[in-house]
Amino acid sequence: MKIRTLNIGVTGLNAIDSPGPGVSVIRALREAESFKVRIIGFSYESLEPGIYMHDLVDRTYQIPYPSGGTDILLKRLKYIQEKEQLDIIIPNFDAELYSFIKLEEKLKEMGIHMFLPTLTQYEERTKVNLNTFGKKYGIDVPKSKAIHDLNSIHSLESEFSFPMIIKGKFYDASIAYNVEQIKSHFNKISAKWGLPIIVQEFIHGTEFNVTGLGDGKGKTIAAVPMRKQYITDKGKAWGGISIADEKMLEMTRKFLKSTKWRGGFELELMKDKEGKLYLLEINPRLPAWIYLAVGVGQNIPEALVNLALGLKVKPFSAYTVGKMFIRYSWDMIVDREEFEQISIYGEL
Amino acid sequence: MKLRKNIAVSEAGLLFNPVTGESYTINPIGIDILNMIQAGKTRENICDAILEKYLCDRTTVENDYQDFIGLLSHNHLTERHEDKDA
Amino acid sequence: MSKLRYERPVIKKLEGGMPNKFGLRSEIQPMPTIDGNSVANLIQDYGSPLFVISEKTIRSTLKKAKKAFETQYPRVQFAWSYKTNYLNAVCNIFHQEGSWAEVVSGFEYDKAIALGVSGKKIIFNGPEKSVEDLTKAIQNDSLIHIDHLDEFYTIVELAGTLKKRPRVAIRVNMDTGVYPIWDRFGFNYENGQAWDAINKIMHSGKMELIGLHCHIGTFMLSPSAYGIAASKLAELTLALEQKFNHEIKYIDLGGGFPSRNTLKGSYLPGIDTNPTFDDFAEAISTALLNSNFRKDKLPLLILETGRALIDEAAYLLGSVIANKRSSTGRRNTILDVGVNILFTSFWYDHKITPAQSFSQYTEETCVYGPLCMNIDVIRENTELPLLNRGDHVVIHNVGAYNLTQWMQFISLRPNVILIDTNEKPHLIRERETLDNMNNMEKIPDYLVKIN
Repeated sequence: MKIRTLNIGVTGLNAIDSPGPGVSVIRALREAESFKVRIIGFSYESLEPGIYMHDLVDRTYQIPYPSGGTDILLKRLKYIQEKEQLDIIIPNFDAELYSFIKLEEKLKEMGIHMFLPTLTQYEERTKVNLNTFGKKYGIDVPKSKAIHDLNSIHSLESEFSFPMIIKGKFYDASIAYNVEQIKSHFNKISAKWGLPIIVQEFIHGTEFNVTGLGDGKGKTIAAVPMRKQYITDKGKAWGGISIADEKMLEMTRKFLKSTKWRGGFELELMKDKEGKLYLLEINPRLPAWIYLAVGVGQNIPEALVNLALGLKVKPFSAYTVGKMFIRYSWDMIVDREEFEQISIYGEL
Repeated sequence: MKLRKNIAVSEAGLLFNPVTGESYTINPIGIDILNMIQAGKTRENICDAILEKYLCDRTTVENDYQDFIGLLSHNHLTERHEDKDA
Repeated sequence: MSKLRYERPVIKKLEGGMPNKFGLRSEIQPMPTIDGNSVANLIQDYGSPLFVISEKTIRSTLKKAKKAFETQYPRVQFAWSYKTNYLNAVCNIFHQEGSWAEVVSGFEYDKAIALGVSGKKIIFNGPEKSVEDLTKAIQNDSLIHIDHLDEFYTIVELAGTLKKRPRVAIRVNMDTGVYPIWDRFGFNYENGQAWDAINKIMHSGKMELIGLHCHIGTFMLSPSAYGIAASKLAELTLALEQKFNHEIKYIDLGGGFPSRNTLKGSYLPGIDTNPTFDDFAEAISTALLNSNFRKDKLPLLILETGRALIDEAAYLLGSVIANKRSSTGRRNTILDVGVNILFTSFWYDHKITPAQSFSQYTEETCVYGPLCMNIDVIRENTELPLLNRGDHVVIHNVGAYNLTQWMQFISLRPNVILIDTNEKPHLIRERETLDNMNNMEKIPDYLVKIN
């Protein structure tokens, strides 16, 4: 059978110390058995390392930031589509997902397929809604509450015990051991990310992650759990190991079955001393460590592409346990002209 | 007014300063001005040439020229103590 | 050979992390005309700054909103929120389209009456209604939405002296999952205040309780909160029917729908994220249709939407007074549009587009107003094309609250024009003059002479 070549657009080329998943996703796609690829990188900034990795990325286009709005993004994608005839786009940033979900239909009319969560799925899983999410789907989540003003702090003491985690709407989290610390975190985080602030029960335990793929009908296509072995000061995994934990897989299957999740995801889990699992966060995209999943036998990006094309995909049934990933950094040598080219013309 | 040595402007409007490692983009009228500065023209000549080519009044051109020179020196692209005619 | 359009020279450092022009340039498209009228001509004829209201946009936006609700719920009535924009011409466009009037002061009430709105079609909201106001409203059979018990007792008294049966509703506040709760207006649902007030009205026998009202917030981004509000008001209505065998005529869900503006601090632009009329219509009508009303007893749904109906219809035109550079090298542009006439620039990142063509080069710019006041900032940080002195700009989505909250401060307020559906401009509010201001003042005799 002749293997077809797909033109695939990928974002998240920022393989830096707090990495985007793009480069790992591209490596996975290049190793796919069911198709060949031509990779079109989408970058936001001129120093994203992926732009300059010519053995992985065939051509890169700058695209406008999500804050510019979907109209401008669509215009840019139309321009790119004329030149590249994309079959697939895989967005890899939380912040851009909203725009791509909104554009899904329009891109489909242009012949571009994606495999993304629905807007409802995307919004249900946000931090502010996590409690409701847990209740609705019968999944254990740490108790949390959104607060809008400092006056409601005093009522927290009866509902939560110290320490508590104080989280921003989008990013940032700090531990508070007393009311004074809650106040100070509240002020700091709300100044940066606005209101509400989320107060969350602190769960002592070990952190785990699961990445996987849901088919949008409730079926689990792939799921690989991992324990972080080395964590950078930014909280990112610099090394991890695949593990066999039936409970985690069970929670993952339950999550996919009950939400009918469509697309890739990463679950952040906490296991307390009694072995009880809590779901801390749902990232609605593939993680930067996705290449570990390929290494243990589940090429999730390949499966995602096939689902996006409407093909039948057989669920993965196994993966190798005890395989590790160890991240490293690498200095590329790049000509100034390339940097100037992407900066001025937005294409390389 | 003199630009630092080694500074080259490409046709696309790119300026690279080899001393600091910084790259800059410049709009077409800015390139015109840089070329005229490099050719040793005076402020008077440059403003005349701009007024010849573009639709504008002299006060605006002179103010903007001064502002542009300010930006060049803010970015350390001019040679110091060379402000005789700027 | 004709000369090229002038653009000031700029030089910009290339930075790895810096958004380049592909990230930002196309946010801005020139807007040389509004409804067929050139911006430059409008400014020439009416001065700068200038408010321009598009009648076409008002009518089409209202039609869109009506269609969204009427296709999902059988009985819908819009009431124009005067405080959002009470220019007479604007109010009358809404009244021509069938909107009632929603007022929150004696001044606004009188304005509606003077425009010829029937008293029966005026909804009187708000915490301040004087005895005179209430007397007028009762005599005109207007719909009085009671905010507190003190007002209730005043109405009881007036009903006696005027020998009329006032038509009233109560305003209810409630927890809809959106915080902070606006619990300063009306009676609380959860703690039983609202039910108490209903009982007091019914037992008084002095007035006719014909509606229930709530207004859960402003610039609400969550349609589901309206669903919750509608359900709670439906429950009150049904409880009232059960206990008193009394039928409520309408449920008024107030206003609060967002316009297409982008709130300060939002990451994504409002035009992408803010829910549409369809989203709100769906949430509200689903809640009402799913509650236990009999099919023939569905209450009238009243909406007091203001902002979402008018914001997009108005533009503020301005001109560049000067370009400067700050001590840190940032570009500062001064417009003749100040925060005294563009109050909403404190809440929104208003979209600003030049009225003439420009090249792809941009500069990070802070846009200031003309006032000699540090707070006079229109946009703190925006990537703008290179504007020359005298260039014109169009500021978008300014129809709500600016033409009511604007103030005469340092400078006088400018002309307002309406472009009709045949693209003809009409002056609908004249610019203020020194005489206008001085006519209101009096100088004591001993202060008249100054030398």
